[in-house]
Amino acid sequence: MSTRSRPLSPHLQVYNFHWPMALSIVHRITGVGLALSSIVLVWWLTALAVGPDYFAMVQSLLGSWIGRVFLLGWTWAVFYHLCNGIRHLCWDAGWGFEIDTARRSGIAAALMSVVLTVGTWVIAYAARGV
Amino acid sequence: MSLRTPLARARGLGIGHHGTHHWWAERLSALALVPLVPWFAISLARLTGADHATVVAWLGRPLNTVLTLLLIGALFHHAQHGVQVVIEDYVHSHARKLAAQLAVKAATAVFGVAAAFAVLKVALGG
Repeated sequence: MSTRSRPLSPHLQVYNFHWPMALSIVHRITGVGLALSSIVLVWWLTALAVGPDYFAMVQSLLGSWIGRVFLLGWTWAVFYHLCNGIRHLCWDAGWGFEIDTARRSGIAAALMSVVLTVGTWVIAYAARGV
Repeated sequence: MSLRTPLARARGLGIGHHGTHHWWAERLSALALVPLVPWFAISLARLTGADHATVVAWLGRPLNTVLTLLLIGALFHHAQHGVQVVIEDYVHSHARKLAAQLAVKAATAVFGVAAAFAVLKVALGG
């Protein structure tokens, strides 16, 4: 049997679309996005070390309309990657491979990411006092 | 024909001793981030709109300093491992793959150390 013509992973073209696959792709996209956007965390911490004036400037940028849109997307990406990542850790431990379980855990991860995002923003707006 | 199993023949050859190291490192850093990320997200949410002095006071508390440093370490370790897997999947030219891996390792090291230095500078009152 030849092994040369076998499709290599990831080889998305040969699969029919299904939701667990979409969740897996989003996991990878959010992962790369989070790796890139961690630069913003470094910038924020550096601004804190630089001093009050520079920190206030960074805070007002992050608090602006466009800054909040970014932070909202960031919050969701963090929690999605976290929730779906826990799902991946369960698979690594050998749990939840049944198709039904995998589908339900996927829905649970997606829902939890939204719940945790909304919860975090409720805390944020309560802290800000608006 | 050998009567030895494929596993017995593979043992001790090539990367047989540390082939799973990368896989383990990525999972361990993920496991560390499971409690650290929600803690940090909620802490930052509670600091929304806070001024410089308030955030400095928060980060200066020993527990917050230590947990933030651990978060930075696990985060950049995990980011490097994660992006490395993505590069291995999509970049097939050896030279470009090597260049991308080195760039990611360098960037995560630089940003990780910069973040840790900023935290320490704030916490130690420099």
